[in-house]
Amino acid sequence: MADKNPFPGENNTGHIWDDNIRELKNDPPRWWMIGFWASIIWTLAYAVLYPTVPVGDEPNKGILGWTAIKEYKEGLAEVEAVRARYETQIQGMTAKQILADPGLTAYTVASAKVLFGDNCGACHGSGGQGGPGFPVIVDDDWLYGGTIEKIEESITKGRKGMMPAHAKRLSPQELDTLANYVVNLSQGKDDPAGAALFKAKVCFACHGANAKGVQAMGSANLTDSIWRFEPGGVESARRTIAHGVNDAGDAETRQAVMPSFADRLSANDIKKLAVYVYKFGGGVQ
Amino acid sequence: MQTSSANSASLDSLLEEADSWQVNTGGETIHAKRMRGRWRTLKWITSTIYLSFFLGPYLRWGDRQAVVFDIPNRQFHLFDITILPQDLWMLSLVLLFLAILLLALTVIVGRAWCGFLCFQTVWTDVYTWIEERFEGPPPQRRKLDKAPLSPRKIRIKAAKHGLWLVIAVLTGISFAAWFTDAYGLWAGFLTLQLPAAAWVTILLFTAGTYILAGFMREQVCMWLCPYARIQGAMVDVTTIIPTYDFHRGEPRSRKKRGAADGGAGDCVDCNQCVAVCPTGVDIRQGQQEGCIMCALCIDACDAVMDKLGRPRGLIRYESLDGLQGKARPPLFRQPRVLVTGLILLAALGGIFYGLNTIDAIELKVLHARQPLYVLQSDGSIQNRYTLKILNKLADDVKVRISATGPEGLAITSGTTLAVRHGTVTPVTLFVRVPRRNLSVESQPIVFHIETLGREPAFSSDRESIFIGPKQ
Repeated sequence: MADKNPFPGENNTGHIWDDNIRELKNDPPRWWMIGFWASIIWTLAYAVLYPTVPVGDEPNKGILGWTAIKEYKEGLAEVEAVRARYETQIQGMTAKQILADPGLTAYTVASAKVLFGDNCGACHGSGGQGGPGFPVIVDDDWLYGGTIEKIEESITKGRKGMMPAHAKRLSPQELDTLANYVVNLSQGKDDPAGAALFKAKVCFACHGANAKGVQAMGSANLTDSIWRFEPGGVESARRTIAHGVNDAGDAETRQAVMPSFADRLSANDIKKLAVYVYKFGGGVQ
Repeated sequence: MQTSSANSASLDSLLEEADSWQVNTGGETIHAKRMRGRWRTLKWITSTIYLSFFLGPYLRWGDRQAVVFDIPNRQFHLFDITILPQDLWMLSLVLLFLAILLLALTVIVGRAWCGFLCFQTVWTDVYTWIEERFEGPPPQRRKLDKAPLSPRKIRIKAAKHGLWLVIAVLTGISFAAWFTDAYGLWAGFLTLQLPAAAWVTILLFTAGTYILAGFMREQVCMWLCPYARIQGAMVDVTTIIPTYDFHRGEPRSRKKRGAADGGAGDCVDCNQCVAVCPTGVDIRQGQQEGCIMCALCIDACDAVMDKLGRPRGLIRYESLDGLQGKARPPLFRQPRVLVTGLILLAALGGIFYGLNTIDAIELKVLHARQPLYVLQSDGSIQNRYTLKILNKLADDVKVRISATGPEGLAITSGTTLAVRHGTVTPVTLFVRVPRRNLSVESQPIVFHIETLGREPAFSSDRESIFIGPKQ
């Protein structure tokens, strides 16, 4: 720093480096000062209009009364307003009528996606692909029927099938024979010994004379490729026969309960979900 | 023909005013002198390109505006071509083409864009021309600026600013007219019934035009525009640009040749080159960022040389190599010209290809991921797809969907449907294949759509995969 100011008459601070680099005391440009004061005024106005620093113990709500939750609810109301047109139409229609209208079906499928994720996905998978112990609902095999009415009924009332445990009623050989028989059935192979035992042990009472199941009671179709309890095969079938399904008297029984959603969801939401599940591709006319 | 005495008299007057022309230091308004000349004429001619900006929106094509960039509906109409967002890759090629064209132009002739074509240059030129009509030549303008407020000053200034604002508003409306129906825009404007977006657009462009061309002028080129900053990397010793021939001009002498000693150059230091410069730079200091290469100094200097009876071209379009007496290599021998030329050709080829192969209908296929496949009760495997069919035709059209892939495949959902025009219609499709025909986990499947009941028929293919259980 120079001791003597070599630039007399110039409005500098006297701070000089490298002989000629010096700090001037020029005023900031006018536009800059305008911006400076404008931003201070802006800040004050903002503090008055919007929630800012609390005054005393009270939160400062600002004179506009703006809140984030209010803004969110307004945004939500806008969405609801857009949906209202479809929702009012859907209200007065049955699920079958909705399916007859491609536009409303598309709306229903799109808007029920969240409902499905919230209420169904935990057991049936986000895409309806099922999970260990929980049925796949995208295929064309339905224990209780795949028409739109039956799907709606399953969601509303819930389903709880029952197959008694046979471990105490059948010998191990008989269990093996029946387990092999149902696997052969699903592969379309002949098994006269198994068929005879199937008849002798009155399995047909629930599964039907042709072993195709009875939808009224939710008994499984044993002739198709799909297993209610994955992974299927002899071992899996043997366990189901031995310990049953939902048999309270057997500790190892298969647990299979679809809860009722009548109390949790509105009839309208259930209707939408039925359409959504139907459109997974397995729905039956 | 002027006599030589008249010539020398006018030269004297030029020399007298020489010191009043100062190089732009940013402190005061530049009032550039206007002079006739070749380059001045060329600049007016190149400026007329902007007439298309003002008049273009009123062109009609059939029953609609010929060119309209319809942002709300996401459609660009260029005469009989309609460009949807799916074709916007062509826009990137157009932008590439324009950017490289700018580079190529600069490589060869410097900032010709800045000097002759840039809207900032052209609008400023028109604004200062109006200013001169109202306020007179530069000395009178400077005097008027300094004069105290008087009825005369207010009258002149109000008329000038009024005309400036009219041009600014016209600019704003013309800009907005490219994005909507031009006639409807005018109707809405005159009845004050435009949507907010239109008002904001018009207001922004009006304010932008008025401020940038009326007040900021050369400051935009010198302190706002990034192009001025990167041009140094584009111009080299072979680029021909307005250049002061210092070999010939120096040392400068205000004396006439007869009276000067033999060592004096041709430059008489009359400062006319500074006087006419719209950005207020002195070309004699060499190439600089403030120079927009409008060549008006060439006109000014040539006029003075004519008066002196000396050859023109003391300031001329010349490369630095040329100034040193080196021959410039021909254009096709300059690597930068070749490379930029190739890129230009490639971009142009891409645009040409794109415009010629815009599909009337387009198919996209999304394979459902959750679940990847479904086992059906008859043992077959089902995959779910979402087909997105884009219809760029002017009408709704019926299409038929088919697929080829693993043996025995069957589409189990509807295969004909109506697709709306100008948008994407999604459709869910289920495909089944007997399990025994799936030898590997994933197989290719090709979807095909074709229009029904119209000539010519259009079609589109898209490959996807069919997924089965792990083998």
